[in-house]
Amino acid sequence: MAERTPTVVADGVHITYTVQGGRAAKGGATSALGRIAARRAAPGARTVHAVKGVSFAAYKGEAIGLIGSNGSGKSTLLKGIAGLLPTSEGRIYTQGRPSLLGVNAALMGDLSGERNVVLGGLAMGMSRAQIRRRYQEIVDFSGINDKGDFISLPMRTYSSGMGARLRFSIAAAKSHDVLLIDEALATGDAAFRRRSKQRIEELRAQAGTVFLVSHSNSAITDTCDRALWLEAGTLRMDGPAAEVVEAYQSFTGKK
Amino acid sequence: MTTHTAAPAPAPVATPTPALSGPELRAIALRHGLTVSGARPSLPVYVRRLWSRRHFIGAFATARLTAQYSQARLGQLWQVATPLLNAAVYYVIFGVLMNVQRDIPDYVPFLITGVFVWTFTAQSITAGTRAISGNLGLVRALHFPRASLPIALALQQLQQLAFSLGALAVILFCFGEFPTWNWLLAVPALALQTLFNIGLALVMARIAAGTPDVATLMPFVLRTWMYVSGVMWSIHHLEVTSRLPHAVLTLLQCNPAAVYIDLMRLALVESFTADQLPPHVWTLALGWALLLSVGGFIYFWQAEETYGRG
Repeated sequence: MAERTPTVVADGVHITYTVQGGRAAKGGATSALGRIAARRAAPGARTVHAVKGVSFAAYKGEAIGLIGSNGSGKSTLLKGIAGLLPTSEGRIYTQGRPSLLGVNAALMGDLSGERNVVLGGLAMGMSRAQIRRRYQEIVDFSGINDKGDFISLPMRTYSSGMGARLRFSIAAAKSHDVLLIDEALATGDAAFRRRSKQRIEELRAQAGTVFLVSHSNSAITDTCDRALWLEAGTLRMDGPAAEVVEAYQSFTGKK
Repeated sequence: MTTHTAAPAPAPVATPTPALSGPELRAIALRHGLTVSGARPSLPVYVRRLWSRRHFIGAFATARLTAQYSQARLGQLWQVATPLLNAAVYYVIFGVLMNVQRDIPDYVPFLITGVFVWTFTAQSITAGTRAISGNLGLVRALHFPRASLPIALALQQLQQLAFSLGALAVILFCFGEFPTWNWLLAVPALALQTLFNIGLALVMARIAAGTPDVATLMPFVLRTWMYVSGVMWSIHHLEVTSRLPHAVLTLLQCNPAAVYIDLMRLALVESFTADQLPPHVWTLALGWALLLSVGGFIYFWQAEETYGRG
Protein backbone atom coordinates (compact mmCIF):
# COMPACT_ATOMS: atom_id res chain seq x y z
CA MET A 1 0.00 0.00 0.00
CA ALA A 2 1.34 3.40 -0.92
CA GLU A 3 2.06 5.52 2.09
CA ARG A 4 -0.68 8.03 2.75
CA THR A 5 0.10 11.66 3.60
CA PRO A 6 -0.29 12.33 7.30
CA THR A 7 -1.78 15.67 8.39
CA VAL A 8 -1.80 15.33 12.16
CA VAL A 9 0.49 13.07 14.16
CA ALA A 10 0.08 12.86 17.94
CA ASP A 11 2.92 11.12 19.73
CA GLY A 12 2.22 10.22 23.37
CA VAL A 13 0.41 13.47 24.07
CA HIS A 14 -0.33 14.58 27.62
CA ILE A 15 -2.13 17.86 28.24
CA THR A 16 -2.45 19.41 31.66
CA TYR A 17 -3.74 22.83 32.57
CA THR A 18 -3.91 24.88 35.72
CA VAL A 19 -7.17 26.22 37.08
CA GLN A 20 -6.84 29.33 39.20
CA GLY A 21 -9.11 29.72 42.20
CA GLY A 22 -10.49 26.20 42.28
CA ARG A 23 -10.11 26.15 46.03
CA ALA A 24 -9.90 28.97 48.57
CA ALA A 25 -6.26 29.85 49.21
CA LYS A 26 -4.99 29.18 52.71
CA GLY A 27 -3.13 31.83 54.67
CA GLY A 28 -3.38 35.58 54.55
CA ALA A 29 -2.17 38.26 52.22
CA THR A 30 1.42 38.04 53.44
CA SER A 31 1.73 34.38 52.55
CA ALA A 32 0.25 35.15 49.13
CA LEU A 33 2.90 37.84 48.60
CA GLY A 34 5.57 35.39 49.73
CA ARG A 35 4.33 32.87 47.19
CA ILE A 36 4.47 35.42 44.38
CA ALA A 37 7.97 36.43 45.43
CA ALA A 38 9.09 32.79 45.53
CA ARG A 39 7.20 32.05 42.25
CA ARG A 40 5.40 29.11 43.80
CA ALA A 41 1.95 28.14 42.60
CA ALA A 42 -0.94 29.38 44.69
CA PRO A 43 -2.63 26.60 46.69
CA GLY A 44 -5.91 27.68 45.08
CA ALA A 45 -4.53 26.61 41.72
CA ARG A 46 -5.18 23.02 40.65
CA THR A 47 -3.74 21.08 37.79
CA VAL A 48 -6.10 19.10 35.64
CA HIS A 49 -4.60 16.23 33.68
CA ALA A 50 -7.07 16.20 30.81
CA VAL A 51 -5.33 14.12 28.14
CA LYS A 52 -3.12 11.21 29.15
CA GLY A 53 -0.87 9.73 26.54
CA VAL A 54 -2.82 9.81 23.29
CA SER A 55 -1.09 8.66 20.07
CA PHE A 56 -2.53 8.52 16.59
CA ALA A 57 -1.80 9.55 13.03
CA ALA A 58 -4.45 11.21 10.86
CA TYR A 59 -4.19 11.22 7.07
CA LYS A 60 -5.41 13.34 4.18
CA GLY A 61 -9.03 12.86 3.25
CA GLU A 62 -10.06 11.42 6.58
CA ALA A 63 -12.97 12.67 8.65
CA ILE A 64 -12.35 11.68 12.23
CA GLY A 65 -14.99 11.77 14.94
CA LEU A 66 -14.05 12.20 18.57
CA ILE A 67 -16.43 10.56 20.98
CA GLY A 68 -16.49 9.98 24.71
CA SER A 69 -18.52 11.05 27.72
CA ASN A 70 -18.46 14.59 29.11
CA GLY A 71 -15.10 15.63 30.50
CA SER A 72 -13.18 12.88 28.73
CA GLY A 73 -10.77 15.37 27.16
CA LYS A 74 -12.16 15.64 23.62
CA SER A 75 -12.25 19.41 23.44
CA THR A 76 -8.89 19.67 25.19
CA LEU A 77 -7.32 17.34 22.64
CA LEU A 78 -8.83 19.43 19.85
CA LYS A 79 -7.30 22.59 21.32
CA GLY A 80 -4.01 20.76 21.62
CA ILE A 81 -4.13 19.85 17.92
CA ALA A 82 -4.97 23.46 17.09
CA GLY A 83 -1.87 24.50 19.04
CA LEU A 84 -3.93 26.55 21.46
CA LEU A 85 -3.01 24.42 24.49
CA PRO A 86 0.56 23.23 25.06
CA THR A 87 1.37 19.56 25.50
CA SER A 88 3.03 18.82 28.83
CA GLU A 89 4.54 15.62 27.42
CA GLY A 90 4.73 14.22 23.91
CA ARG A 91 4.40 16.11 20.66
CA ILE A 92 1.70 17.00 18.16
CA TYR A 93 2.96 17.41 14.61
CA THR A 94 0.67 19.08 12.11
CA GLN A 95 0.53 19.89 8.44
CA GLY A 96 0.03 23.63 8.05
CA ARG A 97 -2.06 25.16 10.75
CA PRO A 98 -5.17 23.35 11.97
CA SER A 99 -8.01 25.74 12.65
CA LEU A 100 -10.73 25.48 15.18
CA LEU A 101 -14.13 26.46 13.89
CA GLY A 102 -14.42 29.13 16.56
CA VAL A 103 -14.86 32.59 15.15
CA ASN A 104 -17.53 33.43 17.76
CA ALA A 105 -15.07 35.07 20.09
CA ALA A 106 -14.08 37.72 17.58
CA LEU A 107 -17.61 38.96 16.98
CA MET A 108 -19.14 41.90 18.84
CA GLY A 109 -22.82 42.02 19.69
CA ASP A 110 -22.99 45.79 19.45
CA LEU A 111 -21.95 45.79 15.82
CA SER A 112 -24.14 45.08 12.82
CA GLY A 113 -24.09 41.66 11.19
CA GLU A 114 -22.31 42.99 8.12
CA ARG A 115 -19.47 44.54 10.13
CA ASN A 116 -19.18 41.28 12.05
CA VAL A 117 -18.79 39.34 8.82
CA VAL A 118 -15.81 41.55 7.97
CA LEU A 119 -14.36 41.50 11.49
CA GLY A 120 -14.75 37.73 11.82
CA GLY A 121 -13.18 37.13 8.41
CA LEU A 122 -10.19 39.33 9.26
CA ALA A 123 -9.83 37.59 12.63
CA MET A 124 -9.58 34.25 10.81
CA GLY A 125 -6.84 35.67 8.62
CA MET A 126 -8.77 36.35 5.43
CA SER A 127 -7.84 39.42 3.41
CA ARG A 128 -10.30 42.24 2.79
CA ALA A 129 -10.53 41.24 -0.88
CA GLN A 130 -11.33 37.62 0.04
CA ILE A 131 -14.06 38.78 2.40
CA ARG A 132 -15.55 41.09 -0.24
CA ARG A 133 -15.67 38.17 -2.69
CA ARG A 134 -17.37 35.83 -0.23
CA TYR A 135 -19.55 38.36 1.58
CA GLN A 136 -22.77 37.67 -0.34
CA GLU A 137 -22.19 33.93 -0.09
CA ILE A 138 -21.81 34.13 3.69
CA VAL A 139 -24.95 36.22 4.12
CA ASP A 140 -27.00 34.00 1.79
CA PHE A 141 -25.77 30.85 3.48
CA SER A 142 -26.69 32.11 6.94
CA GLY A 143 -30.21 32.89 5.72
CA ILE A 144 -30.20 36.00 7.94
CA ASN A 145 -31.77 38.15 5.24
CA ASP A 146 -34.50 35.65 4.33
CA LYS A 147 -37.03 37.52 6.45
CA GLY A 148 -35.98 41.09 5.83
CA ASP A 149 -32.86 43.16 6.18
CA PHE A 150 -31.45 41.82 9.43
CA ILE A 151 -27.78 41.92 8.46
CA SER A 152 -27.60 45.68 9.13
CA LEU A 153 -28.95 45.29 12.68
CA PRO A 154 -26.67 44.86 15.70
CA MET A 155 -25.95 41.19 16.39
CA ARG A 156 -27.25 41.45 19.95
CA THR A 157 -30.75 41.86 18.51
CA TYR A 158 -30.58 38.46 16.75
CA SER A 159 -32.31 35.41 18.14
CA SER A 160 -29.88 32.76 19.41
CA GLY A 161 -30.55 30.62 16.33
CA MET A 162 -29.89 33.51 13.93
CA GLY A 163 -26.68 34.38 15.77
CA ALA A 164 -25.48 30.79 15.65
CA ARG A 165 -26.24 30.55 11.93
CA LEU A 166 -24.31 33.70 11.10
CA ARG A 167 -21.36 32.55 13.25
CA PHE A 168 -21.19 29.19 11.52
CA SER A 169 -21.46 30.81 8.10
CA ILE A 170 -18.56 33.14 8.83
CA ALA A 171 -16.44 30.36 10.29
CA ALA A 172 -17.10 28.01 7.37
CA ALA A 173 -16.28 30.63 4.74
CA LYS A 174 -12.58 29.95 4.90
CA SER A 175 -10.93 26.80 3.60
CA HIS A 176 -8.58 25.05 5.98
CA ASP A 177 -5.81 22.43 5.83
CA VAL A 178 -7.04 20.67 8.92
CA LEU A 179 -10.42 21.65 10.27
CA LEU A 180 -11.49 21.07 13.87
CA ILE A 181 -15.19 21.27 14.64
CA ASP A 182 -16.49 21.26 18.20
CA GLU A 183 -20.23 20.53 18.36
CA ALA A 184 -21.04 22.96 15.58
CA LEU A 185 -23.65 20.78 13.92
CA ALA A 186 -26.30 21.19 16.57
CA THR A 187 -27.13 24.82 15.78
CA GLY A 188 -30.00 26.23 13.80
CA ASP A 189 -33.18 24.78 12.44
CA ALA A 190 -33.53 21.63 10.33
CA ALA A 191 -33.01 23.41 7.00
CA PHE A 192 -29.85 25.08 8.26
CA ARG A 193 -28.54 21.81 9.74
CA ARG A 194 -28.88 20.17 6.35
CA ARG A 195 -27.03 23.05 4.67
CA SER A 196 -24.24 23.05 7.27
CA LYS A 197 -23.74 19.30 6.95
CA GLN A 198 -23.33 19.75 3.23
CA ARG A 199 -20.88 22.58 3.82
CA ILE A 200 -18.84 20.38 6.16
CA GLU A 201 -18.68 17.75 3.42
CA GLU A 202 -17.30 20.39 1.04
CA LEU A 203 -14.83 21.64 3.63
CA ARG A 204 -13.68 18.09 4.17
CA ALA A 205 -13.14 17.60 0.47
CA GLN A 206 -10.92 20.72 0.39
CA ALA A 207 -9.44 20.39 3.83
CA GLY A 208 -7.76 17.06 3.78
CA THR A 209 -8.69 16.21 7.34
CA VAL A 210 -11.67 17.09 9.49
CA PHE A 211 -11.97 16.39 13.20
CA LEU A 212 -15.46 16.49 14.62
CA VAL A 213 -16.39 16.41 18.30
CA SER A 214 -20.01 15.51 18.82
CA HIS A 215 -22.29 13.81 21.28
CA SER A 216 -24.59 12.88 18.47
CA ASN A 217 -23.60 9.35 17.46
CA SER A 218 -25.50 9.65 14.22
CA ALA A 219 -23.60 12.82 13.29
CA ILE A 220 -20.36 10.88 13.77
CA THR A 221 -21.39 7.86 11.73
CA ASP A 222 -22.91 10.09 9.01
CA THR A 223 -19.95 12.40 8.50
CA CYS A 224 -16.92 10.44 9.68
CA ASP A 225 -15.17 7.35 8.40
CA ARG A 226 -12.96 6.93 11.43
CA ALA A 227 -13.51 7.58 15.12
CA LEU A 228 -11.39 7.99 18.24
CA TRP A 229 -12.99 7.12 21.55
CA LEU A 230 -11.57 9.00 24.51
CA GLU A 231 -12.42 8.05 28.06
CA ALA A 232 -10.94 9.88 31.09
CA GLY A 233 -8.16 11.28 28.93
CA THR A 234 -6.96 8.01 27.40
CA LEU A 235 -7.60 6.66 23.96
CA ARG A 236 -9.78 3.58 24.36
CA MET A 237 -10.41 2.77 20.76
CA ASP A 238 -9.39 3.91 17.31
CA GLY A 239 -11.02 2.48 14.20
CA PRO A 240 -13.84 2.66 11.65
CA ALA A 241 -16.53 5.06 12.88
CA ALA A 242 -19.35 2.51 12.89
CA GLU A 243 -17.41 -0.03 15.01
CA VAL A 244 -16.17 2.52 17.52
CA VAL A 245 -19.60 4.11 17.93
CA GLU A 246 -21.12 0.68 18.46
CA ALA A 247 -18.57 -0.19 21.14
CA TYR A 248 -19.10 3.20 22.76
CA GLN A 249 -22.85 2.71 22.76
CA SER A 250 -22.63 -0.68 24.43
CA PHE A 251 -20.21 0.83 26.98
CA THR A 252 -22.50 3.73 27.86
CA GLY A 253 -25.55 1.49 27.81
CA LYS A 254 -23.95 -0.77 30.40
CA LYS A 255 -23.29 2.07 32.81
CA MET B 1 -6.64 0.95 11.19
CA THR B 2 -6.31 -1.51 13.99
CA THR B 3 -8.98 -1.71 16.59
CA HIS B 4 -8.02 -2.20 20.17
CA THR B 5 -10.53 -2.34 22.96
CA ALA B 6 -9.26 -1.92 26.47
CA ALA B 7 -10.60 -3.81 29.44
CA PRO B 8 -13.64 -2.06 30.94
CA ALA B 9 -13.20 0.11 34.04
CA PRO B 10 -12.36 -0.02 36.89
CA ALA B 11 -9.45 -2.20 35.91
CA PRO B 12 -6.54 0.15 35.04
CA VAL B 13 -6.97 0.96 31.40
CA ALA B 14 -3.91 -0.17 29.56
CA THR B 15 -2.56 2.50 27.27
CA PRO B 16 -3.76 1.30 23.90
CA THR B 17 -0.90 0.20 21.80
CA PRO B 18 -1.01 2.66 18.93
CA ALA B 19 -0.90 1.37 15.42
CA LEU B 20 2.54 2.92 15.26
CA SER B 21 5.09 3.34 18.02
CA GLY B 22 6.40 6.70 19.20
CA PRO B 23 9.61 6.75 17.14
CA GLU B 24 7.71 5.56 14.07
CA LEU B 25 5.14 8.35 14.49
CA ARG B 26 7.88 10.90 14.83
CA ALA B 27 9.65 9.54 11.77
CA ILE B 28 6.47 9.78 9.68
CA ALA B 29 5.81 13.31 10.88
CA LEU B 30 9.32 14.47 10.06
CA ARG B 31 9.40 12.69 6.71
CA HIS B 32 6.31 14.58 5.57
CA GLY B 33 7.52 17.91 6.89
CA LEU B 34 4.94 18.29 9.63
CA THR B 35 5.74 20.86 12.29
CA VAL B 36 5.09 20.93 16.02
CA SER B 37 1.88 22.84 16.65
CA GLY B 38 1.78 25.77 19.03
CA ALA B 39 5.49 26.55 18.96
CA ARG B 40 6.60 30.18 19.18
CA PRO B 41 7.56 31.64 15.79
CA SER B 42 10.91 33.38 15.36
CA LEU B 43 10.93 37.16 15.68
CA PRO B 44 11.09 37.92 11.92
CA VAL B 45 8.29 35.44 11.19
CA TYR B 46 6.29 36.95 14.02
CA VAL B 47 6.70 40.46 12.65
CA ARG B 48 5.66 39.25 9.19
CA ARG B 49 2.54 37.55 10.55
CA LEU B 50 1.68 40.64 12.55
CA TRP B 51 2.00 42.76 9.43
CA SER B 52 -0.28 40.44 7.50
CA ARG B 53 -2.88 40.97 10.23
CA ARG B 54 -2.76 44.77 10.03
CA HIS B 55 -6.28 44.97 8.62
CA PHE B 56 -7.58 42.91 11.50
CA ILE B 57 -5.79 45.20 13.99
CA GLY B 58 -7.35 48.26 12.38
CA ALA B 59 -10.82 46.73 12.15
CA PHE B 60 -10.65 45.47 15.74
CA ALA B 61 -9.66 48.92 17.06
CA THR B 62 -12.41 50.71 15.13
CA ALA B 63 -14.98 48.08 16.05
CA ARG B 64 -14.17 48.46 19.74
CA LEU B 65 -14.41 52.22 19.49
CA THR B 66 -17.78 52.09 17.73
CA ALA B 67 -19.18 49.42 20.04
CA GLN B 68 -18.27 51.50 23.08
CA TYR B 69 -21.16 53.98 22.89
CA SER B 70 -23.50 52.13 20.56
CA GLN B 71 -26.16 51.66 23.24
CA ALA B 72 -26.08 55.27 24.44
CA ARG B 73 -28.79 57.66 23.23
CA LEU B 74 -26.25 60.30 22.23
CA GLY B 75 -24.17 57.61 20.52
CA GLN B 76 -20.86 58.69 19.06
CA LEU B 77 -21.31 62.20 20.48
CA TRP B 78 -19.85 60.76 23.69
CA GLN B 79 -16.50 60.35 21.94
CA VAL B 80 -16.17 64.14 22.19
CA ALA B 81 -18.29 64.76 25.28
CA THR B 82 -16.36 62.40 27.60
CA PRO B 83 -12.95 64.12 27.28
CA LEU B 84 -14.62 67.55 27.50
CA LEU B 85 -16.38 66.61 30.74
CA ASN B 86 -13.08 65.28 32.07
CA ALA B 87 -11.33 68.53 31.28
CA ALA B 88 -14.16 70.52 32.86
CA VAL B 89 -13.79 68.59 36.14
CA TYR B 90 -10.05 69.25 36.29
CA TYR B 91 -10.62 72.90 35.42
CA VAL B 92 -13.07 73.40 38.29
CA ILE B 93 -10.76 71.71 40.80
CA PHE B 94 -7.34 72.98 39.76
CA GLY B 95 -8.14 76.13 37.81
CA VAL B 96 -10.91 77.57 39.98
CA LEU B 97 -10.71 76.02 43.45
CA MET B 98 -6.91 75.69 43.79
CA ASN B 99 -6.25 78.63 41.47
CA VAL B 100 -3.19 77.14 39.76
CA GLN B 101 -3.97 79.40 36.80
CA ARG B 102 -2.50 82.56 38.35
CA ASP B 103 0.99 81.05 37.73
CA ILE B 104 0.40 79.73 34.22
CA PRO B 105 -0.65 81.82 31.25
CA ASP B 106 -3.33 80.29 28.99
CA TYR B 107 -4.22 77.88 31.74
CA VAL B 108 -7.26 76.33 30.07
CA PRO B 109 -5.46 75.28 26.84
CA PHE B 110 -2.49 74.22 28.98
CA LEU B 111 -4.66 72.05 31.22
CA ILE B 112 -6.84 70.51 28.53
CA THR B 113 -3.90 69.59 26.31
CA GLY B 114 -2.31 67.94 29.34
CA VAL B 115 -5.44 66.02 30.26
CA PHE B 116 -6.05 64.73 26.73
CA VAL B 117 -2.47 63.68 26.10
CA TRP B 118 -2.19 62.04 29.50
CA THR B 119 -5.51 60.22 29.00
CA PHE B 120 -4.09 58.66 25.82
CA THR B 121 -1.16 57.14 27.73
CA ALA B 122 -3.21 56.17 30.79
CA GLN B 123 -5.96 54.51 28.76
CA SER B 124 -3.45 52.64 26.61
CA ILE B 125 -1.89 51.18 29.74
CA THR B 126 -5.25 50.26 31.25
CA ALA B 127 -6.36 48.69 28.00
CA GLY B 128 -3.02 46.88 27.76
CA THR B 129 -3.49 45.19 31.13
CA ARG B 130 -6.80 43.79 29.87
CA ALA B 131 -5.61 42.99 26.37
CA ILE B 132 -5.11 39.26 27.02
CA SER B 133 -7.30 38.66 30.08
CA GLY B 134 -10.25 40.52 28.55
CA ASN B 135 -10.02 38.66 25.23
CA LEU B 136 -9.34 35.13 26.45
CA GLY B 137 -12.12 33.74 24.30
CA LEU B 138 -10.50 35.15 21.19
CA VAL B 139 -7.02 34.02 22.22
CA ARG B 140 -8.25 30.51 22.93
CA ALA B 141 -10.24 30.14 19.73
CA LEU B 142 -8.15 31.64 16.95
CA HIS B 143 -4.56 31.81 15.77
CA PHE B 144 -3.11 35.26 15.31
CA PRO B 145 -0.08 37.05 16.69
CA ARG B 146 -1.22 37.98 20.19
CA ALA B 147 0.56 41.33 19.94
CA SER B 148 -2.36 42.34 17.67
CA LEU B 149 -4.52 42.82 20.76
CA PRO B 150 -2.48 45.34 22.80
CA ILE B 151 -1.53 47.15 19.60
CA ALA B 152 -5.16 47.36 18.48
CA LEU B 153 -6.25 48.60 21.89
CA ALA B 154 -3.57 51.31 21.92
CA LEU B 155 -4.65 52.35 18.42
CA GLN B 156 -8.25 52.49 19.63
CA GLN B 157 -7.07 55.05 22.19
CA LEU B 158 -5.30 56.97 19.43
CA GLN B 159 -8.57 57.17 17.49
CA GLN B 160 -10.24 58.30 20.69
CA LEU B 161 -7.57 60.99 21.05
CA ALA B 162 -8.29 62.16 17.52
CA PHE B 163 -11.84 62.98 18.60
CA SER B 164 -10.51 64.72 21.70
CA LEU B 165 -8.09 66.77 19.62
CA GLY B 166 -10.98 67.90 17.45
CA ALA B 167 -12.70 69.17 20.59
CA LEU B 168 -9.41 70.70 21.71
CA ALA B 169 -9.07 72.66 18.47
CA VAL B 170 -12.49 74.22 19.09
CA ILE B 171 -11.50 75.12 22.65
CA LEU B 172 -8.25 76.64 21.43
CA PHE B 173 -10.19 78.84 18.95
CA CYS B 174 -12.38 80.00 21.85
CA PHE B 175 -9.28 81.04 23.80
CA GLY B 176 -7.81 82.91 20.90
CA GLU B 177 -5.25 80.35 19.75
CA PHE B 178 -5.27 79.94 16.00
CA PRO B 179 -3.51 77.38 13.84
CA THR B 180 0.10 78.20 13.15
CA TRP B 181 2.86 76.21 11.47
CA ASN B 182 3.84 75.24 15.01
CA TRP B 183 0.79 72.97 15.19
CA LEU B 184 2.52 70.63 12.76
CA LEU B 185 4.91 69.70 15.58
CA ALA B 186 1.96 67.82 17.07
CA VAL B 187 2.34 65.15 14.37
CA PRO B 188 5.84 63.87 15.31
CA ALA B 189 5.07 64.32 19.02
CA LEU B 190 1.95 62.21 18.67
CA ALA B 191 3.70 59.60 16.54
CA LEU B 192 6.41 59.14 19.16
CA GLN B 193 3.87 59.01 21.99
CA THR B 194 1.88 56.38 20.09
CA LEU B 195 4.99 54.21 19.76
CA PHE B 196 5.68 54.66 23.46
CA ASN B 197 2.08 53.78 24.40
CA ILE B 198 2.01 50.70 22.19
CA GLY B 199 5.23 49.48 23.82
CA LEU B 200 3.86 50.08 27.28
CA ALA B 201 0.58 48.34 26.41
CA LEU B 202 2.59 45.30 25.22
CA VAL B 203 4.62 45.21 28.44
CA MET B 204 1.51 45.54 30.61
CA ALA B 205 -0.31 42.89 28.58
CA ARG B 206 2.41 40.32 29.29
CA ILE B 207 2.68 41.23 32.98
CA ALA B 208 -1.08 41.19 33.53
CA ALA B 209 -1.47 37.93 31.60
CA GLY B 210 0.81 36.26 34.15
CA THR B 211 -0.33 38.16 37.25
CA PRO B 212 -3.93 39.38 36.82
CA ASP B 213 -3.68 41.28 40.14
CA VAL B 214 -1.76 44.00 38.31
CA ALA B 215 -5.00 45.24 36.74
CA THR B 216 -6.33 46.07 40.21
CA LEU B 217 -3.14 47.88 41.16
CA MET B 218 -2.85 49.98 37.99
CA PRO B 219 -5.33 52.79 38.86
CA PHE B 220 -3.16 53.73 41.86
CA VAL B 221 0.05 53.65 39.89
CA LEU B 222 -1.55 55.71 37.13
CA ARG B 223 -2.94 58.31 39.51
CA THR B 224 0.48 58.79 41.11
CA TRP B 225 2.09 59.01 37.71
CA MET B 226 -0.45 61.60 36.57
CA TYR B 227 0.23 63.86 39.56
CA VAL B 228 4.00 63.86 39.00
CA SER B 229 3.70 64.41 35.23
CA GLY B 230 2.64 68.05 35.34
CA VAL B 231 -0.79 67.47 33.79
CA MET B 232 -2.44 70.26 35.78
CA TRP B 233 0.64 72.15 36.99
CA SER B 234 3.83 73.31 35.35
CA ILE B 235 7.11 71.50 35.94
CA HIS B 236 8.91 74.53 34.52
CA HIS B 237 7.22 76.75 37.10
CA LEU B 238 8.37 74.40 39.86
CA GLU B 239 11.88 74.56 38.46
CA VAL B 240 11.89 78.35 38.72
CA THR B 241 10.29 78.72 42.13
CA SER B 242 11.05 75.69 44.28
CA ARG B 243 14.19 74.58 46.02
CA LEU B 244 13.87 70.93 45.05
CA PRO B 245 17.24 69.21 44.43
CA HIS B 246 18.38 69.31 40.83
CA ALA B 247 18.25 65.51 40.51
CA VAL B 248 14.56 65.43 41.40
CA LEU B 249 13.76 68.13 38.87
CA THR B 250 15.72 66.31 36.17
CA LEU B 251 13.82 63.12 36.95
CA LEU B 252 10.51 64.97 36.72
CA GLN B 253 11.55 66.39 33.36
CA CYS B 254 12.73 63.09 31.92
CA ASN B 255 9.46 61.37 32.84
CA PRO B 256 8.15 60.23 29.43
CA ALA B 257 4.57 61.28 30.15
CA ALA B 258 5.76 64.81 30.98
CA VAL B 259 7.92 64.88 27.85
CA TYR B 260 5.03 63.98 25.52
CA ILE B 261 2.58 66.31 27.27
CA ASP B 262 4.96 69.27 27.07
CA LEU B 263 5.82 68.61 23.42
CA MET B 264 2.13 68.74 22.60
CA ARG B 265 1.79 72.01 24.54
CA LEU B 266 4.78 73.39 22.68
CA ALA B 267 2.97 72.62 19.45
CA LEU B 268 -0.48 73.90 20.36
CA VAL B 269 -0.28 76.52 23.12
CA GLU B 270 1.28 79.77 21.97
CA SER B 271 2.53 81.00 25.35
CA PHE B 272 4.23 77.67 26.02
CA THR B 273 7.70 78.13 24.55
CA ALA B 274 10.72 75.93 24.04
CA ASP B 275 12.64 77.50 26.96
CA GLN B 276 10.15 75.79 29.32
CA LEU B 277 11.33 72.40 28.08
CA PRO B 278 14.36 70.46 29.26
CA PRO B 279 17.32 70.34 26.86
CA HIS B 280 17.33 67.51 24.26
CA VAL B 281 13.59 67.03 24.68
CA TRP B 282 13.09 65.54 21.20
CA THR B 283 15.94 63.09 21.80
CA LEU B 284 14.28 62.08 25.05
CA ALA B 285 10.94 61.62 23.30
CA LEU B 286 12.53 59.52 20.57
CA GLY B 287 14.56 57.48 23.06
CA TRP B 288 11.57 56.60 25.20
CA ALA B 289 9.53 55.72 22.11
CA LEU B 290 12.20 53.40 20.68
CA LEU B 291 13.08 51.82 24.03
CA LEU B 292 9.49 50.94 24.88
CA SER B 293 8.27 49.97 21.41
CA VAL B 294 11.21 47.71 20.53
CA GLY B 295 11.84 46.43 24.06
CA GLY B 296 8.13 46.00 24.79
CA PHE B 297 7.56 44.14 21.54
CA ILE B 298 10.39 41.68 22.18
CA TYR B 299 9.33 41.26 25.81
CA PHE B 300 5.77 40.48 24.71
CA TRP B 301 6.88 38.10 21.94
CA GLN B 302 9.03 36.05 24.34
CA ALA B 303 5.90 34.75 26.08
CA GLU B 304 3.79 34.45 22.90
CA GLU B 305 3.05 30.73 23.24
CA THR B 306 1.88 31.04 26.85
CA TYR B 307 -0.97 33.55 26.42
CA GLY B 308 -4.42 32.23 27.13
CA ARG B 309 -3.17 29.00 28.67
CA GLY B 310 -3.65 27.77 32.19
